[in-house]
Amino acid sequence: MARYVLEVNGQAKAVEVHDPQEPLLYVLRNDLRLTGAKYGCGLGQCGACTVIIDGEAVRSCLTPISSAKGKITTIEGLGTPQKPHAVQAAFIEEQAAQCGYCTNGMVMTTAAFLDKSKSPSASDVRDALAANVCRCGTHDRVVKAALRAASAK
Amino acid sequence: MDDAMLPPDRAADGAATLSRRGLLKGGGAMIVGFALGAPTGALAQAARGAKAGPPDHQAVDTWLAIHADNTATVYTGKCELGQGNQTGLLQVAAEELDMGMHQVSTIRLDTNITPDQQATSSSSSIHRGAPALRAAAARARMELLARAGVHLGVQPGSLEVRDGVVSVRGENGFRKVTYGQLLGDKPFNVKYDGTAPVKAPSDYRLVGHRPARVDIPDKVAGKYTLVQHHRVPGMLHGRVVLPRGQRGFGVGAKPVSVDEASIAHIKGAKVIRKGDFVGVVAEREWDAVKAAAALKVVWRQGEPLGDHNSVHARLRKDKTVDTVIANVGDPLGMMQKAAFVRGSSYQCPYQSHAPFAPNCALADPTGEQLVIKSPTQDVYSSRKQVAEVLGLPEQKVRIQFFEGSGTFGRSCYEDATQAAAIMATETGKPVRVQFMRWDELGWDNYGPAHAAEVRAGVNAEGDIVAYEYDGWQHGWTVTSTVSDSARTKAGVERANGSGSITVNPISTGSMYKIANRRVTSHGAPMVNYLRGAALRSPLDLSFAFASEQTIDELAVAVKMDPVAFRRRNIGDERWLGVLDAAVKAADWKPKVMGSQAESGDVVRGRGVALGTHHVSYGAAVAEIEVNRKTGVIVTKKLYGAMDCGLTVNPALVENQMVGQMIQSVSRVLKEEVTFDDNGVTSLDWSTYQVLRFAEHPEVTPVVVQRINEPSTGAGEEVMGATAAAIANAFFDATGVRMRQFPMTPERVLKALEGQQRT
Repeated sequence: MARYVLEVNGQAKAVEVHDPQEPLLYVLRNDLRLTGAKYGCGLGQCGACTVIIDGEAVRSCLTPISSAKGKITTIEGLGTPQKPHAVQAAFIEEQAAQCGYCTNGMVMTTAAFLDKSKSPSASDVRDALAANVCRCGTHDRVVKAALRAASAK
Repeated sequence: MDDAMLPPDRAADGAATLSRRGLLKGGGAMIVGFALGAPTGALAQAARGAKAGPPDHQAVDTWLAIHADNTATVYTGKCELGQGNQTGLLQVAAEELDMGMHQVSTIRLDTNITPDQQATSSSSSIHRGAPALRAAAARARMELLARAGVHLGVQPGSLEVRDGVVSVRGENGFRKVTYGQLLGDKPFNVKYDGTAPVKAPSDYRLVGHRPARVDIPDKVAGKYTLVQHHRVPGMLHGRVVLPRGQRGFGVGAKPVSVDEASIAHIKGAKVIRKGDFVGVVAEREWDAVKAAAALKVVWRQGEPLGDHNSVHARLRKDKTVDTVIANVGDPLGMMQKAAFVRGSSYQCPYQSHAPFAPNCALADPTGEQLVIKSPTQDVYSSRKQVAEVLGLPEQKVRIQFFEGSGTFGRSCYEDATQAAAIMATETGKPVRVQFMRWDELGWDNYGPAHAAEVRAGVNAEGDIVAYEYDGWQHGWTVTSTVSDSARTKAGVERANGSGSITVNPISTGSMYKIANRRVTSHGAPMVNYLRGAALRSPLDLSFAFASEQTIDELAVAVKMDPVAFRRRNIGDERWLGVLDAAVKAADWKPKVMGSQAESGDVVRGRGVALGTHHVSYGAAVAEIEVNRKTGVIVTKKLYGAMDCGLTVNPALVENQMVGQMIQSVSRVLKEEVTFDDNGVTSLDWSTYQVLRFAEHPEVTPVVVQRINEPSTGAGEEVMGATAAAIANAFFDATGVRMRQFPMTPERVLKALEGQQRT
């Protein structure tokens, strides 16, 4: 048994795991019941599990709990349906989701990207999302939502 | 933290709603209901869920409940899969009830509660799901007006309704009563028979308009309850154990030996076996993941499969059951009299559903019924299959639908459901099973490969005079990998080897006036091919890829613009309508295809095509760039048009069209299940490639609205046209035809190389 204290969405959270190699994703979903980040491939190929750690978009499926240091933000900490973050509001405005399983990765990657890139082009947004998969075909709306969020800032 | 300490899921009581109602209701009358401990809707629903369904189809109460706060719950038998059908079905119900969208909500499918409307498939939610709901809602309104008449002391004919408030016409709301006051969570106790008057389309206030999707705000906040999110006290995590990648259908995978000691080092991990089924459970999910990977199993599998490039030749040589699907005139004779004949053979790949969410289910055996939360597209069929696997009466199983991700047909959701059921029954504890990415891609029920031989003839004036399409494919499975292994039975396919999918006559030339046309389907038995089943717009991309390229070749032969050529030959104003809408959106400039080929490394082309699934009408124009050096094709712009009769919500259909067109780009350019003698080798997103952001086109969807025609499907009817338009654009750009897809850089370079030699 190993014990870790994580800083998630501004709160300190203690968790106990059997294996220090256990990915952060499983701890978030099962121990902290933060199900916004999702399992898609476990290989870092799709982006479903993205969280923000110290301002960087990170694949939580490949992040061992033992190295999950820093300020972790999950999509639940970004905003709520009642009080959405600018990126979330833009996704609603553009109806940029179909099934919604990739949405966590799209929103979190976009949020981390826009924190650094103030007036991106469509091509910049595509580059930022290059490693995120969407299976329903919402790409166009996601790019529009990201640009809308950028201009709203 | 112990699982037992976890708070119950928001939706664990079955009262989850898919609506903005919850968001909007903060200060409303429902506060009273919450203060009493539970919302009235949830109480009424608990009573509803007490016994196994399906409920009486003809009872209005099966479809609707009116609550005291003047809201309504709508019970549909079609599930939300991301397509937004719940929003569309709520529009239909709210329209007939004269309620507002903010007053209606729906619940997820549940075999103890919701009506049996069969599978949510074939784009049928509005087409076949809405009529019963509309009729029940119309009957409900009639009953409510009768009661209001008594309550207000007037004839029902003198009443009007707005937002569920009934008032006497011409009195400016002086006398009024709400639906909630009239019925308030009490049953209607009436049946509908289709005779209650329904609204004329010209009176629609909601249908045909664009209310926003009800599910999106929660989805972008990470709050939407997907099947993967459920946890219950005392729950174990399970994983299936399968070889990496299936081999031939039939035998399945049989464990010759299972070395349980190989996972002894993983805390609490246990092997679960039933027949040939092997799974593992553990308290922590990561431990179950590790145990599934570590468990040493010696497998015996089916025959070697050959590979994905040789499968088409094998299909064409196989012993097939041949069915003539369409046969008019004398195509063979007329082919000889035609001014020009064009034709070729085509090879189309196996493709995977590749749901973005690996399938997942949670089975709880601790109550009177085995309750399973499942992402199935058909709750009642899943219940039957689980009951068969476990040897239980169907009534002892309760399936509650929750969305996984877009699934696009029969992905592994029955497998996950049955695996959870088996492991929960064997352990006596709730078990949550999620497939790993490689399970999902390696053990899918794939969209089958297809081989085609097409020939068509045209006269000198540009009339298509003869058309022949021969198509080869194998059948579809009716069982699942898990049920086959648990029962130690060979997999079963539909229709005893004749193949459950035949060539679609609508996709193969039916849109043109062709007096001499024959379409023949050659169905091979599935044994020792990959496991097949319906994948979105089943084989229509393949049919259109082969057929619409042939039509384009005829246009080139007579030196006509492909749009003008199609207009001349189309025999139906609705096909003409979508063609005109797509080319207008694209600002199509007439030309003979391939006649203005550009020079240089990167060349551009435009193409047009028609296509559909079984209903509705689709047309597309594609603009692409081909890099002759690298073989990379990038689709720059797509314009699509669809006529699906009365479009209930154009915004939803536009969204569906965009999704279909982008997925078609992915499928025609990238997606291919690869395999060799050892089994399927495309097991992750690098070996099963899908379209990514850098390659996605700008898409313009056009809905051709026909309010006086019945609603037909909108979820798969512009895919074939899109795939074929891209193929035709490739010829326009390069002067070369691609006879095989996906049109990968390797295949493109090979095709272009052939051109240089000739």
